[in-house]
Amino acid sequence: MQGKTNHKLLEQLIPRLLKPRAGESRPPVIWLGTNTCAGDMLSLLNSLDPGYRSLLTDLIDFRYNYLLGTAEGDMATGILDETMAELPGEYILVVEGTIPTRSNGLYCVIGRRNGEPLTALQAVRELGASARYVVAAGTCAAFGGPYAAAPNPSDSKSVQAVLERRVINVPGCPVLPDWLMGTLAHLIRYGEPELDDLNRPKLFYGETIHNLCQRRHYFDNSIFAKKPGDPWCMYKIGCKGPVTFADCPYRQWNSEHLSWPVKANTPCIGCVSPEFPDGDMPFFEHLPDVKLPGIRTTADRIGTITGVITALGISGHMIGSIVTNRLPHTLKKGFSGNGMLQKLLKKLR
Amino acid sequence: MKKIIVGPLTRANNSSSVEVTVEDKRVVDARCSGIFFRGFELILRGRDPRDASYLTERICGICSAAHGTAASFALEDAAGVRPPRNGNLLRNLILGADFLQSHIRHFYLYSLLDYVRGPNQRPFIPGYTKGYRLHGKVNEAMVEHYFQAVEISRLTHKLLTLLGGKAPHNHGLLAGGSTVSPAADILMDFGSKLRKIIDFIKNIMVPDTLTLAEAYPDYYEIGCRAPNLLEFGLFPRSEDDNERSFPGGVIIDGHPQKLDSSAIREHLKYSWFTGNSEPRHPSRGRTEPDREKEGAYSWAKAPRYGGKPMEGGPLARLWIRGDYRKGISTMDRIVARAMEAEMIGKSMEGWVEELQPGAPVFNAFNVPREAEGAGLTGAMRGPLGHWLRIEKGRIAHYEIITPTTWNFSPRDDTGQLGPVEEALIGTPIEDENEPVEIGRVVRAFDVCSSCSVHLIVPGTPVKETIIVP
Repeated sequence: MQGKTNHKLLEQLIPRLLKPRAGESRPPVIWLGTNTCAGDMLSLLNSLDPGYRSLLTDLIDFRYNYLLGTAEGDMATGILDETMAELPGEYILVVEGTIPTRSNGLYCVIGRRNGEPLTALQAVRELGASARYVVAAGTCAAFGGPYAAAPNPSDSKSVQAVLERRVINVPGCPVLPDWLMGTLAHLIRYGEPELDDLNRPKLFYGETIHNLCQRRHYFDNSIFAKKPGDPWCMYKIGCKGPVTFADCPYRQWNSEHLSWPVKANTPCIGCVSPEFPDGDMPFFEHLPDVKLPGIRTTADRIGTITGVITALGISGHMIGSIVTNRLPHTLKKGFSGNGMLQKLLKKLR
Repeated sequence: MKKIIVGPLTRANNSSSVEVTVEDKRVVDARCSGIFFRGFELILRGRDPRDASYLTERICGICSAAHGTAASFALEDAAGVRPPRNGNLLRNLILGADFLQSHIRHFYLYSLLDYVRGPNQRPFIPGYTKGYRLHGKVNEAMVEHYFQAVEISRLTHKLLTLLGGKAPHNHGLLAGGSTVSPAADILMDFGSKLRKIIDFIKNIMVPDTLTLAEAYPDYYEIGCRAPNLLEFGLFPRSEDDNERSFPGGVIIDGHPQKLDSSAIREHLKYSWFTGNSEPRHPSRGRTEPDREKEGAYSWAKAPRYGGKPMEGGPLARLWIRGDYRKGISTMDRIVARAMEAEMIGKSMEGWVEELQPGAPVFNAFNVPREAEGAGLTGAMRGPLGHWLRIEKGRIAHYEIITPTTWNFSPRDDTGQLGPVEEALIGTPIEDENEPVEIGRVVRAFDVCSSCSVHLIVPGTPVKETIIVP
């Protein structure tokens, strides 16, 4: 299967990718933390091959890292200005977190410049304009994620929504280290990987969890878990695997390929998806919650509409396409540029 | 008099901002500001109560298991359900593994570079040039341990993955218990990895903190404050939760007292929230912003216990348990954290032994239509509380007070400083251009602004004023 081949390919590639080609230097990388839990950087630290040390010495020149860099205060912010001035078009910008846009971005301040607050919004726009590549690490940066969930109190947006140029989306809550390391390696050695219509590398997000799932035969034979902890198909207790595109079942977490949510006897909650979490909740219900109570107002629409689509996807899959396996393809299209979901998301965000 | 602003204060789980006033080379005033605005409590309203454990884990990447635990406790309290014996043990192991992860990463990745010169490469440069007291081989060894710590902390996340499917934001913490049946192969894998982690803590990390303590003995006199300490209790010893391994408790001016969570009030005078009314208990807390509020300077509320600013964290826990009572200072906080990591590792080995393969791990339950619950636990950085009210089967009210809200709080209604602010007063600043001492004092509290969760009510206009980062 595609996913498995990709997995093996990546394992073979990475050791060779560690060294840049002769005459090339390690590309500068700026890792910006915006409105984030820091889970994506902490997840990257879980990378086994290469580990963090090899990453620093062999693969990239980690000029700015909000979580692990030594510099603090103005000295830290100064690195950003210096890199933009000295290396335009050369550095890779990795953004972790959503970008609050409310009050001109003042909901997330990442430092100071000339004594004034430097907002995440401003920093991403400036750094993004002259970066060689822009990578959105994790679901927050790629699609908005939990902090942009209804009622989205900070008017948070994805990186793509605040930048004119193309952003490579590497979602996950958090992002799996292989997905990010693999994307970086590809960018450095071969340039942009093949992307789907949501600008995700197909290498990692090309197939549904459901199609790759080890417990697929339980689904096919209608053997369903009744509660978390049961060792069968999680579909009836809310699994979003049928509408979630990622290779978790093959790759598993974290670098040592130990386990993943379904193997841990819990439903996939669709954390890589553009509609996460609103379109995936309740996590433990068979169908997403399309009747949210009236506490939320306009922002509700996002949750409701994407929820309906997820619901259609799941129930449609259940009804018509188990044998023909056509629905996942329709659905994949649905996620793509011409699809209904894409259009709706565009309208809403 | 000179004002120094360190913003962003990096190498913390998300940057925060600290402003100090320096006179005659000493800090005479300090203000700590939260700069994060997300609104988790508002996002949670109207959702299925069962979703809170997975969703609140997303508050913080380094202590996600603590939020998952508090949320599980809160819903169990509301629903009147208890986990089976295995469920409690598994949850302790998951939270314990995240503690080890957080303590190791905090000491080596966040804190160490305040005392040890990193390798001469990015992102370890640029940095301050003065104030480092370790040289030659000792410094080199510390740097080597830094990279070993990265490897070992990866193992801690693997423990979480074995029992919770992934890390961070594991799936093994939920009301009713846990989900992975403890089979022999999993326990063998878990135990073997745990042994490596424990060896590292015992043979490398604890000695390293002592090396720092020897080179920087003055930090036993810096960052001091009165012994006002709070802990909610960490790791239920049994599924009945009658007793916790690290007991909850309160120290007021050095005197131990019994914990009474009804003595908690949230003050708002110096926070950007409306209402100068009587401080409220979190179960009745309000989150309505007022960015224009006169005199306010932080988005963090100011929680107080019996009117006192309370410090939480490893030092508080060990003090309350009677395991460490040397002092309340920057170095004491660092040493206590390493000691606690070692103690937790040892406890975890015991819990692995207690697990019974084949016995249930999860108790199913019905979500109540109307109920209230509180989930109190120790978290990596101190006491963590989730307060929940369910109406019509949905979350009607959710209030979270994180450890960092306690530690990093602004002044309260009576003008008392928050704990980090108190600790900063009197800190000597050798060179105002390289105020390395500020970061040392603040980071010893393991401040985490990811966990400053209070936020703004949508629809309320926020004036475009400058937020000091």
